Amino acid sequence: MAHPTATKVGEPAPPLQLPDTAGETRSLPMPGEAPATVVFWTCNHCPYALGWQDRLTHAARDYGPRGVRFLAVNSNDAERYPRDSLEAMRERVEAEEWPFPYLHDESQDAAMAWAAKVTPHLYVLDGDLRIRYEGAPDADHTDPSHGAAWLREALDAVLAGADPARPATEPVGCSIKWK
Amino acid sequence: MERTGPKVEFLWWEGCPSSDDALALLREEMTALGLDPRSVEVRELRTDGDAERHGFVGSPTIRIDGVDVQAPGDEPVGLTCRVYRLRDGRISAVPDREDVRETLIDAIEGGGD
Repeated sequence: MAHPTATKVGEPAPPLQLPDTAGETRSLPMPGEAPATVVFWTCNHCPYALGWQDRLTHAARDYGPRGVRFLAVNSNDAERYPRDSLEAMRERVEAEEWPFPYLHDESQDAAMAWAAKVTPHLYVLDGDLRIRYEGAPDADHTDPSHGAAWLREALDAVLAGADPARPATEPVGCSIKWK
Repeated sequence: MERTGPKVEFLWWEGCPSSDDALALLREEMTALGLDPRSVEVRELRTDGDAERHGFVGSPTIRIDGVDVQAPGDEPVGLTCRVYRLRDGRISAVPDREDVRETLIDAIEGGGD
């Protein structure tokens, strides 16, 4: 199996065009269309992804009114891990009322292109679709008081036109389940 | 026959980063209860066949005299990361320390039967 190579903060984000759980094709915004975009890999059965999910949801609700877009992506092999099937993704989005689309990367091409390694693995893009932050939401998946602080710091900086003080952290989570 | 202590098994898979923390927690609790922390049987599972053979529902899994420190319920067998619930309801990649301690104590107290 070929492993993804690392993306680099400061470089343009790779393209992203995937179906969501309703079958609608979603893409990154056009340059200048949104002041910031958060793309993050997640899945349905990883303790890290599940532990951080509420914090990401709250961040999406807090930053949505400021034009920030969130896109969640699941690239796991659903054949070996049926809980990551499109149907299971759809059920979760509906049951938990996700405020962002949940994209299905069945081919795993997006995960390869973005060099996503684990769930969750976050990328913050600026309005020109350059990667300005890559890593974890915050320092501890078990402690809600952290409140996705690293993600929020990066978003605040990008929205202010500044460089994030912490442009990269080590993403911590479950390995993506490659085919 | 002399009993030296419960059989403590630690099953892990490399796809989850929580193994080291969980093993350290387990060994701390064993030491606190007077058990030899070096007696843990650490087993890495590498294939779906390994997972099937050991009834492995996620990494890390800790069994003490065959009893899982947190009942796995209907979790499917496979090479994945284990989702634990801490006693306060939070989700965690490692089991609750109290669950580990209680299972060890149950095994120690049951060992004299």
